Amino acid sequence: MLKRNAPSIRLDNLTLSYRRHPAVHHLSGSFEPGSFTAIFGPNGAGKSTLLKGIVGLIKPDSGRIALDGVGRSDIGYLPQQSALDRSFPMRVLDVAAMGLWRKAGIFSSIGRRQLGAVEAALAAVGLTGFEDRIIGTLSGGQFQRALFARLLLQDTRLILLDEPFTAIDARTTEELLALIQSWHGEGRTVVTVLHDLDIVRERIPETLLLAREKVAWGPTAEVMTDANLARARHLHEAFEDNAELCEMPA
Amino acid sequence: MALYDLLFGPFIEFGFMRRALMGCLALSISGAPIGVFLVLRRMSLMGDVMAHAILPGAAIGFLLSGFSLFAMTVGGVAAGLLVALGAGAIARTTPLREDASFAAFYLVSLGLGVMIVSIKGSNIDLLHVLFGNVLALDDPSIYLIGGIATVTLLSLALIYRLLVAECFDPGFLKSVGGAGGLAHFLFLALVVLNLVGGFNALGTLMVVGLIVLPAASARFWSETVPGQIVASAIIGIVSSLVGLLVSYHAELPTSPAIILAAGAIHALSILAGRHGSFASQALRARHLRG
Repeated sequence: MLKRNAPSIRLDNLTLSYRRHPAVHHLSGSFEPGSFTAIFGPNGAGKSTLLKGIVGLIKPDSGRIALDGVGRSDIGYLPQQSALDRSFPMRVLDVAAMGLWRKAGIFSSIGRRQLGAVEAALAAVGLTGFEDRIIGTLSGGQFQRALFARLLLQDTRLILLDEPFTAIDARTTEELLALIQSWHGEGRTVVTVLHDLDIVRERIPETLLLAREKVAWGPTAEVMTDANLARARHLHEAFEDNAELCEMPA
Repeated sequence: MALYDLLFGPFIEFGFMRRALMGCLALSISGAPIGVFLVLRRMSLMGDVMAHAILPGAAIGFLLSGFSLFAMTVGGVAAGLLVALGAGAIARTTPLREDASFAAFYLVSLGLGVMIVSIKGSNIDLLHVLFGNVLALDDPSIYLIGGIATVTLLSLALIYRLLVAECFDPGFLKSVGGAGGLAHFLFLALVVLNLVGGFNALGTLMVVGLIVLPAASARFWSETVPGQIVASAIIGIVSSLVGLLVSYHAELPTSPAIILAAGAIHALSILAGRHGSFASQALRARHLRG
């Protein structure tokens, strides 16, 4: 896959909010085709909100999200684990097979060839032998691997990951990170929300430092300076109950 | 011979027992997947609310044309859908949480329904509406229940994948462009249909029992959705059989007997089911090596 065919995302003065309080405030910039970007920032900085906005789970209050080279339903999206119902009675195989949604739709059956693909994806994330396990019996890391198998099967050119390594041990993190890097190597556009400063600094080429507003966006080494990080902490405030109307042009 | 009289005699001898059995079997099979998804979506109480909500609609049908199956069915379906949509909308647009808004709707519905039935009918009519009369199912009622069961199973077969995805990971479904909202609404409509179908047989107060109790019990017997649906159907069928026979031999009211049979199986499931019951927790005394 060539980088110039990879999808890009352009944000145009974007504001996303909950009950009129902005979680992402007048953000502009773009995720370039084939780029691999970390979104970093304090809790409540709007990182997950931005991903949800791109996927289309929440609508912009103002501004625009322009996807280029990819349809909205052709995004590989890994939600935060807490957004999923892990007590739901489902097998690992079923979770991974959800990744075939675009190919199988809601009606057609999953044939032997596709079952082979599901098993290959589970093997790629180290879950061979777990096919029939109920997801409620998995550890956090194993469950995350199953969701990565689903992403593999979705085979999308734009992949958005929301805190993929939270509460995941070092070995699983390392293996999943290698998988993400291989996606980047194949020319896919990858955006991931991360909390681990070291992983961002050492492994992710681009970073968007976000504190509701853009603090800095570009090559990681230039973005993740002490001065910028201090500014991100300073900029970030909790919702103000009596906040005044924003006067910036929409 | 005694066993034959006990188990088969009543059904062979009496047409009303056969019809009651037919109605209950159809309800059990159709209600099984409905109940399982209600439980999985943490909406068991919501089923109860909707069952009460159909009461004023059915009562208005009764007010207009007496015990007309058609009028009461149309009224019940309309009222059920109205409450499902209305309570959901109020919960989304006001600070009132969904459970509170549903409780409000159901209390008002119950009061309204009892009031309307009492205006025109006697206490007997009221009892019929509230507790049903499974031993007096006529052919049209049986056809209605059978038709609703057919529609339910076919529709669920179509939206099954959507429903599962919507329960487990709504964000994913939305990200692949799946119509989660549509699946949810269709599911609510099927819930209402099943409640209306069952209310002729078991009454508005009891019909949820045959839907939710077997599903809640099935959770102790299987760890997958299809397994729970099958277990739930079997439990519903057994409860219907046991309830009908007990009510026949001991001359007890039928719908409470069926619900109590389902309740007894539920208690048994909690005590001795395969997954997560008291027995399975107690027996798992020694851990495995790996």
